Amino acid sequence: MADLSMTQGVRQSQASKIALRWLLYSLLVLFALFYLMPLFVMITTSLKSLDEIRTGDLIALPREVTFDAWSTAWSSACTGIQCEGVRPYFWNSVLIAIPAVAISTLLGAMNGYVVAQWRFRGANIIFSLMLFGCFIPFQVVLLPMARTLGIMGIAGTIPGLIFVHVIYGLGFTTLFFRNFYVSIPAELTKAAKVDGAGFFRIFWSIFLPLSLPIIVVTVIWQFTQIWNDFLFGVSFSQAGTQPVTVALNNIVNSTTGVKEYNVDMAAAIIAALPTLFVYVVAGKYFIRGLTAGSVKG
Amino acid sequence: MTKWLEEHTPKLVLAPSFIAILVFVYGFIAWTAWVSLTRSRLLPRYEIEGFIQYERLFDSPRWDTALNNLFIFGLLFILIAMFLGLILAILLDQNIRTEGAIRTIYLYPMALSMIVTGTAWKWILNPGLGIEAMVRSWGFEDFTFDWLVNPEMAIYTVVLAAIWQSSGFVMALFLAGLRSVDGEIIKAAQVDGIPTWRVYTAIIIPSMAPIFLSAFIVLSHLAIKSFDLVIALTGGGPGYATDLPATYMYAMAFSRGDIGQAASSAMIMMMVVFAIVVPYLYSELRSKDG
Repeated sequence: MADLSMTQGVRQSQASKIALRWLLYSLLVLFALFYLMPLFVMITTSLKSLDEIRTGDLIALPREVTFDAWSTAWSSACTGIQCEGVRPYFWNSVLIAIPAVAISTLLGAMNGYVVAQWRFRGANIIFSLMLFGCFIPFQVVLLPMARTLGIMGIAGTIPGLIFVHVIYGLGFTTLFFRNFYVSIPAELTKAAKVDGAGFFRIFWSIFLPLSLPIIVVTVIWQFTQIWNDFLFGVSFSQAGTQPVTVALNNIVNSTTGVKEYNVDMAAAIIAALPTLFVYVVAGKYFIRGLTAGSVKG
Repeated sequence: MTKWLEEHTPKLVLAPSFIAILVFVYGFIAWTAWVSLTRSRLLPRYEIEGFIQYERLFDSPRWDTALNNLFIFGLLFILIAMFLGLILAILLDQNIRTEGAIRTIYLYPMALSMIVTGTAWKWILNPGLGIEAMVRSWGFEDFTFDWLVNPEMAIYTVVLAAIWQSSGFVMALFLAGLRSVDGEIIKAAQVDGIPTWRVYTAIIIPSMAPIFLSAFIVLSHLAIKSFDLVIALTGGGPGYATDLPATYMYAMAFSRGDIGQAASSAMIMMMVVFAIVVPYLYSELRSKDG
């Protein structure tokens, strides 16, 4: 008798376990749908004709797939008075992001190496001051930076935007490399010094070869930040040098003519593709960068 | 000479970056602080006049709306994103077979530009062709969901889109935290027959206090700097209904030509950020040195 009730109890808890499992998975799927829905709607809308958008359902699949909106978005959508699509601005973003990422990563590596391995008096204070720089709301530097770029003769140019992104990326890149190099034993540097290697030699042949993971994390972080930037782009560019985020916003909010939602969506996906691609290919490093900024040590 | 050079190389390497930060961060903050105390309008002026710009700022109904919005937006965004992130992390921590794929789905919005997020949600939420029209076409003729164009409700669309973008990131933070809790303690609790939910509320979650703090810092920082999302989603409208301090500052600086107001509003933003971040960074740096 006692035995029977025991097995019944076990069976019951087994059943409730399976029910719980089902509940768990359905919750997870529900949330997944919440996160996927906007992307799904963007893609399907971009493949519909305007007529179908007006008469159809937001979440319906396109009855007739057309890539017209994509080619319009890429090469002929209007951003204000210019009607060249997002293509020229996409390349602006590439021209801004590549040098800015490369320079800020290189400087961050050197700085991190100094702060972590060549401690001198005041190095910690210098590092703290650089770290605080990561956290300022950039509004507080917009006005003087606009004037400074003008004085330097690079206002409204791509080199100007590269300069701005390098300066305000330095804090984070230094932080990333510093936290990575701090875990490498100082004896390594000391031994190399005894063997007669200098500052740059040690960096080049000992530290740099060890740095691949942190380089990947930093490059991804910087690339995502700079590609997705809007504030600096809209403040320090002029017609012709705008990055893709600014062009996208202009296309979506241009008030002239018919609202072409399919073109808006196609332009948005084009603007998002590079960072999405990086995320899909190197998600692990992307997450590591995100969490490195907040969970340190 | 070479000896001197050798000895000072590290300092010389660090110097350009450090000087750049001194000038372009601290020097610029000082410039903005200075100008915020003058009568600057279209052009900066440098005679200190006291706090007139701050008086103008706090007399302005538009700034009042912006601050109110920051409070509503910040509070809801931080609380809901943290709650959702924690729930998702706990759900994902139950030996889910497809964890990697699900995590990827939850986190991808973080890779998008806020402008892209704003554009997508603007389309989904527009009453004419978005969710409202869709539900109506299903036969619910009276269904209204016009938050985007309703001045009373528009700020909540910003909250919604911001949560969509950032909650996956909070989940990733918490998931890392859950994984770092000592497994032995959890096993011991399970052996003692303590139910799972008690293990979470009594043991695991309290031990993650530092992660709650990090998440709070990152989210509040995101909230105060929120600019692109509002620009893309509502443009600050209808009217000024969804203005935030960041959009107010931008409007003053670049479309109104009111440098004094731009500078003083930027200074207030910085004070809010510093009030939250400085104690945190200070304690972080101290604990590391010790």
